[in-house]
Amino acid sequence: MSKSEFVIELKKVSRFFGSVIAIKDIDMVVKQGECHCLLGDNGAGKSTLIKTLAGVHKPSEGEYLIDGEPVNFDSPKDALDAGIATVYQDLALVSLMSVTRNFFMGREIQKGWGPFKQFDIEKANEIARQGLADMGINVRNPSQAIGTMSGGERQSLAIARAIHFGARVLILDEPTAALGVKQSANVLKVIAKAKARGLAVILITHNVHHAYPIADRFTLLNRGQSLGSYLKSEVTREQVLEMMAGGAELEQLEADLAEFTRVDKEAS
Amino acid sequence: MTSNSVAHANKDERVRKESAIKGLLNRPELGALAGAILVFIFFGIFAGDTGIYSLEGTISWLVFSAQLGILAIGACLLMIAGEFDLSIGSMIGFAGMLLAIPTVYWGWPIEMAVLFAFVGSMLLGGINGLIVVRTGLPSFIVSLAFLFILRGLTIGIASWLTNRTIVGGIGEFSDGTFISWLFSGHILTGLFTWAANSGWIETYKDGSPVVPGIPMLVVWWIGLGIVSSWVLLKTRIGNWIFAVGGDLNAAKNVGIPTARLKIALFMFTAFCACLFATIQVMEFGSASADRGLLKEFEAIIAAVIGGTLLTGGYGAILGACFGALIFGIVSVGLNFMGVDSSWFRVFLGLMLLIAVIFNNYVRKRITEAK
Ligand SMILES: Nc1ncnc2c1ncn2[C@@H]1O[C@H](COP(=O)(O)OP(=O)(O)OP(=O)(O)O)[C@@H](O)[C@H]1O
Ligand SMILES: [Mg+2]
Repeated sequence: MSKSEFVIELKKVSRFFGSVIAIKDIDMVVKQGECHCLLGDNGAGKSTLIKTLAGVHKPSEGEYLIDGEPVNFDSPKDALDAGIATVYQDLALVSLMSVTRNFFMGREIQKGWGPFKQFDIEKANEIARQGLADMGINVRNPSQAIGTMSGGERQSLAIARAIHFGARVLILDEPTAALGVKQSANVLKVIAKAKARGLAVILITHNVHHAYPIADRFTLLNRGQSLGSYLKSEVTREQVLEMMAGGAELEQLEADLAEFTRVDKEAS
Repeated sequence: MTSNSVAHANKDERVRKESAIKGLLNRPELGALAGAILVFIFFGIFAGDTGIYSLEGTISWLVFSAQLGILAIGACLLMIAGEFDLSIGSMIGFAGMLLAIPTVYWGWPIEMAVLFAFVGSMLLGGINGLIVVRTGLPSFIVSLAFLFILRGLTIGIASWLTNRTIVGGIGEFSDGTFISWLFSGHILTGLFTWAANSGWIETYKDGSPVVPGIPMLVVWWIGLGIVSSWVLLKTRIGNWIFAVGGDLNAAKNVGIPTARLKIALFMFTAFCACLFATIQVMEFGSASADRGLLKEFEAIIAAVIGGTLLTGGYGAILGACFGALIFGIVSVGLNFMGVDSSWFRVFLGLMLLIAVIFNNYVRKRITEAK
């Protein structure tokens, strides 16, 4: 068995949707105990990339390796079985279902024997309640439908679920987008804890204040292509910010803003 | 940390005590339960003297409810998973022929013919499901196509093979067999005979009870209801069914085998239709190409009255069974009262309308801020 230094490795992975090239020739490596941050503009292909990692999409081209071995996931279940858990941008929650049923959706814990096996709801309730409490969310009633939960509560639920089932790799697509300050801090703490436990974390965020403290490595995507990976030691916070916004555009923005102020002054 | 905040950690200050009734309102089967009670009381008052709640009357509406109930269970599970099957009624006619023709014309043993009917109809149900998940077309349309195809095939094949659309004389082959008892026999016959001998229940002149026992049809209904309800509420598969109907994409993303699950549920609906057909064929001793007409709608209506959402993701087997019970009592009750059966349809339509409006309100309560 060839043991690779990387948990996840992508070699020239592309994904097409009909004529749309969502991602093209992506190279990427993720180490154990490391947080890998994906940066890029809206529509850059970040979500497509992590959905490929999560087994939702199959790579159209290229190789996907885990522990140095090529893998071919047919469904997200295969990825989950390999210990890769994902928080999708759309959270993958069902409004009409309860907290517990959502938490264990697709991975129900069972009790009983043979054909009489059943979903162990009491134990599941307890785990779900605890998982959410760790995220700073107190659920009132884990058997209540989540339709009425706030956006942040739902996001926390999706993250708690991934933490619980992500044995090796945790993928988070904009996990802090809808969260308050306290809950965002909780998510970052959770990521730090996961790293300390030796999990690999892949994080997508548009917030440099979230990305920079926690990330060890950055990969920048632009219009479906990788503009390269950087270790944290190689880049400063300002450079990361520039990468996120697309540096040139930021300069342009500054110039535009300066122009507005000038016009304003002249008018007054 | 003060002791005050410790106390709060256990008792959330943002939980307002809701009345028990409001808690109950969150259950899908509530409307149907209330409806069934109302209907019971109504006929007790207005038809109490017609014998609707005598033993014989009770069995007659139970039988009616059980027939529809079996179909409603299948339709309900499928609807919760977000799909419809409009071919249930046609499947009943087709399955009846699958059973009758081999028995009467090809000399197959009855056991084999029954097995053939079940395998055949479940296979067709599976094909129906396969087309739905493969093409991504609404099951409404795909199963509508099957409604016509199967009904046409039933009539066509029956007249081609037998020159008629009714195949009779199955009794000759089935009478006295275990299979015949299994689908059209009675249980607790000893008890009923004993009660008849003791003069507690109505008897014919020869002393045998008017109601020989609990029909197997009713046993099937209750058994199927309990098993399906258990699967839906207590097992992993049940969780998958809710998830698939609630949000297909989410279900896929968490790795639920959505396609296989849906196909299996289409097969289960076909199973229910075939069970209905088999019981009827055994009961009447004949299969007819026009059996089961409009049953798909009645089954869907029963499920909707039972609180199942047309949009999927929410519902209850118990509710569907109560829905079927309402059907049974009202249909038989109006009949006992001598009311023209056209009024039954009016009632049905109204019930459906009320149920849909009510369900919509419940869904909003659950998914939107209160
Ligand atoms: N299933 C699909 N079919 C067709 N095109 C798709 C599909 N999924 C993604 N795309 C396209 O691929 C491109 C990349 O989308 P993706 O969701 O990966 O972007 P993103 O980087 O996650 O953006 P955001 O920051 O807004 O979340 C987009 O142009 C999108 O329209
Ligand atoms: Mg995205």
